[in-house]
Amino acid sequence: MAKKGKHSIAIYQSWCKRCGICAAFCPAQVLAQDEAGNPYLKDPDQCTGCQLCQLRCPDFAINVKSPRKKEDKELGKNGEKVEEGTNA
Amino acid sequence: MIEDRPLIYKYLRHDKKFPHVWCGGCGIGILLGSLIRAIDHLGYTKDEVVLVSGIGCSGRLPVYVDFNTLHTTHGRALTFATGVKLAKPELKVIIIMGDGDATAIGGNHFIHAARRNLDLTAIIVNNNIYGMTGGQYSPTTPYGQRATTAVYGSVEHSFNIAQLAVCAGAVFAARGTVYHVRQLDGLIEKALLKNGFSVVEVISQCHTHYGRLNKLGNQIDMMKQQRDSAVPVEKARKMSPEEMEGKFEIGILVDREAPNYLEQYNKVRQKAKNALSLQLTKEEKEESERREALDKQ
Ligand SMILES: Cc1ncc(C[n+]2csc(CCOP(=O)(O)OP(=O)(O)O)c2C)c(N)n1
Ligand code: SF4
Ligand code: SF4
Ligand code: SF4
Repeated sequence: MAKKGKHSIAIYQSWCKRCGICAAFCPAQVLAQDEAGNPYLKDPDQCTGCQLCQLRCPDFAINVKSPRKKEDKELGKNGEKVEEGTNA
Repeated sequence: MIEDRPLIYKYLRHDKKFPHVWCGGCGIGILLGSLIRAIDHLGYTKDEVVLVSGIGCSGRLPVYVDFNTLHTTHGRALTFATGVKLAKPELKVIIIMGDGDATAIGGNHFIHAARRNLDLTAIIVNNNIYGMTGGQYSPTTPYGQRATTAVYGSVEHSFNIAQLAVCAGAVFAARGTVYHVRQLDGLIEKALLKNGFSVVEVISQCHTHYGRLNKLGNQIDMMKQQRDSAVPVEKARKMSPEEMEGKFEIGILVDREAPNYLEQYNKVRQKAKNALSLQLTKEEKEESERREALDKQ
């Protein structure tokens, strides 16, 4: 987890298939791939929180959290609380 | 931590089925994200959603979600979905098909479902090829493009799926791409809200087969091609066929009203009942009223 910038970006290595889509289309060049193809945060301070990396990741392996992102917006209209439970 | 990702936690079978089976960079996973966001945004409960698919890489999609799901046979997803909707009209029935699934083996079901206008939403992943079986050409492989069964290039002309839906009578037909993911979320939402047969064609990359056989590069290159070839429908209407060569329109192609199948069918039932009740004896009438009351319970 990077907490440098306003937005924190988490990459879940266990689901990531190193396709590079997140890095290739990040409008602010925040993300890059290392030699093995693993995405990493090259310049986290530049992150605008646009979430495009998260939306385009085919593997649900990257998550952007922004300070003012409303919890209920994320949970949807039903406003159902997410229960504590198993980890993936 | 999965709890950090509420939508995944809530809608995906994250503890059993992930990472999913699709190739790294395959667009089907991006569509899956769009679909759960659209459903979440509309506030449907998990129990009222039914996801029906056929066979193919795209047909695997329902395996990963925590809705009611039905993984059926190749090309027949719409027929099962029709049965579900007729039996339980209160459910939100969504069908996921590949281009082969929907327009080759299932092509007749597709056009007749559009014509019939039952309230269903069909999402068709168009990757221009049969992905799952190793890259045979499909009805959407463009003329001259290669597949394992068209090594010198396809000599057939391809279907335009969204246009086919329009011509066959779908009340809502749209096309999006996995590159234009925010627009895709919105298109799926609109399709779900539509009363009647709605279709969203989703242009998606199969770099493993279509990309490789046609030297189109990797998943990133193919998403750039989506970005560069897609033209908003409003703009496309003003362009000549020559200018549209090699390009395709994205957005809503049609959004119109027509009575849906169940509304029509209920009218027929009423008519039949009225006609029948004229011929019934008093006892038979009472019996039929008693049954109807039971039905309503
Ligand atoms: C009746 C029948 N015929 C053929 C097959 C073999 N088959 C499985 S998937 C498939 C085509 C897959 O292509 P498409 O529907 O475009 O989906 P994709 O894998 O590209 O997502 C075929 C021909 C089958 N499973 N059942
Ligand atoms: S888009 Fe997702 S799967 Fe692909 S490299 Fe980035 S985090 Fe990994
Ligand atoms: S949220 Fe936007 S700016 Fe930030 S890393 Fe992702 S794509 Fe780049
Ligand atoms: S074969 Fe093609 S369609 Fe199937 S998962 Fe791989 S990239 Fe996707």
